[in-house]
Amino acid sequence: MTLKTRLIPCLDVKDGRVVKGVQFVDLIDAGDPVAAAIAYDAAGADELTFLDIAASHEGRETIFDVVARTAEHCFMPVTVGGGVRTIEDIRRLLLAGADKVAINSAAVSDPDFISRAADKFGNQCIVVSVDAKQRLGQRVGGDNRSEWEIYTHGGRKPSGLDAVEFAARMVERGAGELLVTSMDRDGTKSGFDLALTRAIADAVEVPVIASGGVGSLQDLVDGVIEGHASAVLAASIFHFGTFTIPQAKQYLREHGVDVRMDRAA
Amino acid sequence: MTLVTIIDYGAGNLASAANAFRRVANGTDAEIVVTADPEIVRKADRIMLPGVGAFADCKAGLDAVPGMVEVLQERVIAGGVPFLGVCVGMQLLASEGREKTITPGLGWIPGAVVRLTPDNPALKIPHMGWNTINVTRPHALLAGIPDGPNGLHAYFVHSYHLQTDSQDTLWATTDYGGPVTACVGRDNIFGTQFHPEKSQALGLKLIENFLSWTP
Repeated sequence: MTLKTRLIPCLDVKDGRVVKGVQFVDLIDAGDPVAAAIAYDAAGADELTFLDIAASHEGRETIFDVVARTAEHCFMPVTVGGGVRTIEDIRRLLLAGADKVAINSAAVSDPDFISRAADKFGNQCIVVSVDAKQRLGQRVGGDNRSEWEIYTHGGRKPSGLDAVEFAARMVERGAGELLVTSMDRDGTKSGFDLALTRAIADAVEVPVIASGGVGSLQDLVDGVIEGHASAVLAASIFHFGTFTIPQAKQYLREHGVDVRMDRAA
Repeated sequence: MTLVTIIDYGAGNLASAANAFRRVANGTDAEIVVTADPEIVRKADRIMLPGVGAFADCKAGLDAVPGMVEVLQERVIAGGVPFLGVCVGMQLLASEGREKTITPGLGWIPGAVVRLTPDNPALKIPHMGWNTINVTRPHALLAGIPDGPNGLHAYFVHSYHLQTDSQDTLWATTDYGGPVTACVGRDNIFGTQFHPEKSQALGLKLIENFLSWTP
């Protein structure tokens, strides 16, 4: 098996600008998502994910321009998430140059949307974001549910849905990949929720991207080896310059995870 | 001027393909045109057929463009125009696709498009991500691309692959729980299962080779 584990930096974009700071040595404008994307591309990232957290409809429009300008310079897969609710949203993102879209709230409120989207654009293009939190004090009795519940709206709204069941149902609907984020770990730098990642990765046929909580390079290794993830996504460790993409890949490789070490184009 | 047409039939990441071709064509006499017009394709010096999604949907989309399949037959088969199919655009070259239903393909590369069956059941489907390729025989489009376990990587995303009837039309494989078809071709026809437009150094080199290919 020579398929490599993917390392995916994620850029949070609000109204056309990167929200968290990005620290690259030779980056003139750290707030420009396109400049950041080009720097990640040159550094050997395997894919890029933009998470659009636009505050307004006007802000939402700017993501199309960000994607279009990125696609002119970066010849690797680009995923865009955040606010994807209609077939027309997906079509516009793909026409701008996105390769995949990540869908969260709309997948929960209207599961049939995932079926329609997968039928129209192909499973490979539909990533479902599984944003999950551990349940509190509900694990008693003959309950078949897993330990985690789905949250929507950026982790603010509990849905009552079981995370592992939801993940499996989304794959049946046509999701080609799952982006599994632990809302408990997101931003904590305490590592992925490995039990959550593994429970979902082992339950579905499609690749799982682990997300939420990376603070060290060992966290990335654990996500693959213990969490059974096919790809690992991180934001702040790269944005704040704690580690570079090549450092992370070197570490992964030294710890038994096969990664791509090509020079960039 | 060399006219390179990327066929728009409602399937495919056309923006990505056009961006990569334009990057490589920059400074050459090649003009990259994305078009759904068979009359423009008729004048093309090189033709690229993209495609993402399901085989049957893509074939239906191609058939739905009036005159397009006829022009492709005329220019590629009779006229010998260099042709590159990518992903489902490559799979469409097969005799038939067996995704969801059995659908006839263009029939340019004898074989069938079948589901991946990795020998290790833990391997995920789709085969998604970066993998190296193994070139089975030298080909002009693969010239200058390091292959094998230490070679460059190509970006794959697919659940089906084209199983050729003859080894003569197979040019490269990748390994995913067994050999998986990566490149097919004959005469002036070539196809890649991976996405050159998303494969950084390897992909741009292959596109460069295609733009200067004289089969």
